[in-house]
Amino acid sequence: MNSGRDHYVRPVDFKHGHVDMTHGGGGRAMAQLIDELFLREFDNEWLRQGNDQAAFDVGAGRMVMATDSHVVSPLFFPGGDIGCLSVHGTINDVAMSGAAPLYLAAGFVLEEGFPLADLKRIVASMAAASRAARVPVIAGDTKVVERGKGDGVFITTTGVGIVPPGIHIAGDRAQPGDRILVSGTIGDHGVAIMSLRENLTFETTITSDTAALHGLVAAMIAAAPGIHCLRDPTRGGLATTLNELARQSGCGMVITEQRIPVQPQVNAACEFLGLDPLYVANEGKLVAICAAEDADRLLAAMRAHPLGRNAATIGEVIIDPHHFVQMDTSFGGRRIVDWLTGEQLPRIC
Amino acid sequence: MKYVDEFRDGALARKVAAAIAAEARPSRRYNLMEFCGGHTHAISRYGLADLLPPGIRMIHGPGCPVCVLPIGRIDNAIALAARPGLILCTYADTMRVPASKGLSLLKAKARGADIRMVYSSADAVRIAQEHPDREVVFFAIGFETTTPPTAVAILRAQELSLANFSVFCNHVLTPAAIGNILESKEVRELGTLPLDGFIGPAHVSTVIGSQPYEYFAEEYQRPVVIAGFEPLDVMQAILMLVRQLNDGRAEVENEFTRAVTRDGNAKAKALVAEVFELRRSFEWRGLGEVPYSALKVKAAYAAFDAEARYAITYRSVPDNKACECGAILRGVKEPSDCRVFGTVCTPENPIGSCMVSSEGACAAHYTYGRWKDAAVIAAATA
Amino acid sequence: MCLAIPARVVALPALDVARIDLGGVQKEISLALVEDVRIGDYVIVHVGYALTKLDPEEAERTLAMMGEAGLLGGDDGGAAAAGTAATPAPAAEGAE
Repeated sequence: MNSGRDHYVRPVDFKHGHVDMTHGGGGRAMAQLIDELFLREFDNEWLRQGNDQAAFDVGAGRMVMATDSHVVSPLFFPGGDIGCLSVHGTINDVAMSGAAPLYLAAGFVLEEGFPLADLKRIVASMAAASRAARVPVIAGDTKVVERGKGDGVFITTTGVGIVPPGIHIAGDRAQPGDRILVSGTIGDHGVAIMSLRENLTFETTITSDTAALHGLVAAMIAAAPGIHCLRDPTRGGLATTLNELARQSGCGMVITEQRIPVQPQVNAACEFLGLDPLYVANEGKLVAICAAEDADRLLAAMRAHPLGRNAATIGEVIIDPHHFVQMDTSFGGRRIVDWLTGEQLPRIC
Repeated sequence: MKYVDEFRDGALARKVAAAIAAEARPSRRYNLMEFCGGHTHAISRYGLADLLPPGIRMIHGPGCPVCVLPIGRIDNAIALAARPGLILCTYADTMRVPASKGLSLLKAKARGADIRMVYSSADAVRIAQEHPDREVVFFAIGFETTTPPTAVAILRAQELSLANFSVFCNHVLTPAAIGNILESKEVRELGTLPLDGFIGPAHVSTVIGSQPYEYFAEEYQRPVVIAGFEPLDVMQAILMLVRQLNDGRAEVENEFTRAVTRDGNAKAKALVAEVFELRRSFEWRGLGEVPYSALKVKAAYAAFDAEARYAITYRSVPDNKACECGAILRGVKEPSDCRVFGTVCTPENPIGSCMVSSEGACAAHYTYGRWKDAAVIAAATA
Repeated sequence: MCLAIPARVVALPALDVARIDLGGVQKEISLALVEDVRIGDYVIVHVGYALTKLDPEEAERTLAMMGEAGLLGGDDGGAAAAGTAATPAPAAEGAE
């Protein structure tokens, strides 16, 4: 019998195979999955070393760390999937501090029975997003849970970056008189996802706007290093982000409805469902707050960047002990844009 | 969006607002009730109160089918959903309404009940077709706008010989509610609720027509103007009401002529009459028992009537003692009159139905009016 | 109540079914509650059903009435509502 080194190991069946408990067991099956999928897709010098941790030097400056768990359903949607979403989301969280994102780590919780074809598609998408953004995934982990205990796949990504010296961007830095800018059309991601929800099918060409924003942020900081606040309006939409910033900074805001960029189809889809685009999630947009004298320069820099073509100044920060976010409606009256209550559900009434 | 954007035009709004300001006599008040929750929502979303002179007071009416759905009926729906294997299909509006024992449909879903949000009654029929081995119940709510779609669903289920589909019917009627308000002692005798005129519902009227309101205008001598859903429609209707009141007229006028006729939609009305009949009485949250105000499935279609199929018994559940939804729905009290408004009762933690639905008076005031109250206080203390 | 929107009929793929378009978003809805709907018509859509056709002439008339709101009215209230020509509004009575 040949007990030699060259015995045949059947490759992982990515076409028809499914995740099973051995893939999380720590044994050969798990090692093989990691090898043939994760290491192959992400492939970089750290992962090739095969350690449980990745070592890297840090330059001078403040380090920033952010983490996000991704549980989006459906996993695949027009414009993206949970994979690239998880890469972009954490890159963006790091970038909103002004930091250049350096490295990512990714943890996977897989549900027993999850098709390996889908897993491969997701990981390939993550790898592509990571390469395009030039932020490598240098550490990772995989676990498997029993069937019924997970929604297919949950991904957690953690990212680190270094804030350039002299840059101080935080949620509490907005001041009365500051201008509020948004980098593009709002509501795209939420509508793209909603269009696939069971029993809500409508046809639209809207795709998710999921994107890594660190390049845009770098261009913005170069034009206006004194930016006060940056935040990406994900869950809860623009309205929630503005309310958060208003509360953190201890001031109020007034925005103008007519100035907020919204795609006509997003407006229409929201009309159908009784939703307000202000509360619909975005995954490739940011809100910036800067001093009035920086606003024009900052806007120009955003519009010059591919991810900021539709950037607009939408309002300003004011003194308000109640921290309300007010909006001048296109109709002429004024109303407040309140915090979101629970999950925004479609309505018939 | 054609036929939508034009009716949201700010320039036209200023013209109509100017006309209202010019014609509203400073010597009197105009107390106008917008019956329909959708109008309440439009008024808050577009900040219409800003554009009206101070003599015009908008009173929010009970035209919010979620707000007037009694707790006991939600309890029934939750009980249905708890039946093993049963799929409850519902419009998303009902999901967060608080019911007994701290439950809601959303919480029941979290505990494992198979509750599915649908956009249309047709989806519920489709789900029944796709799951012949499961019982499927459609939780039907709404005024006359939403009733014809339920009738169509039942007739379709019959066509398909579905043995596993039924409807839990909670459809209510607009004229009965208007009559109930006009007959209430606050309006009739005490005069504590000054009520000068009504803005009539938009889409209910596309179905029932403008004719049913003629009785109220005549009998109670109050003008009714049926208004479309867009903010300009509401403004124009207010202008028309001001004019009627100035002239001493009490007529039914139609601002929403692009979609409403005197007779309404005969085909839709016929389908409803085929499948449903009047209940002698029905409990409305906040209004109590209102005679001939709601519909039930006819005996001929009993196979599709969830109340017959599952022997549902209704138990009336009183509102929380501190909750003033009843008075608020009748326009007798304002949200800020309620002890728990904005403190215990908020959109995150709604005690009563007026806070749950985004067009309920309390939710609307919390989102819109709370700011105005604060602004007034800030100005006063400045 | 009754969230309903006006949408344009762009196709009639099956009996009692219309494909409607609102601002570029399309959906198939039921025509079981209406009659005589043609491609190009606008219908009011509620929970997946067309409730009625929208009358474009009445829509224009309503908009025109709103546009003239600043010119008509006062004691001419009734005539204004009917959309007939009228004299300019009298000066607003009694200031503050």
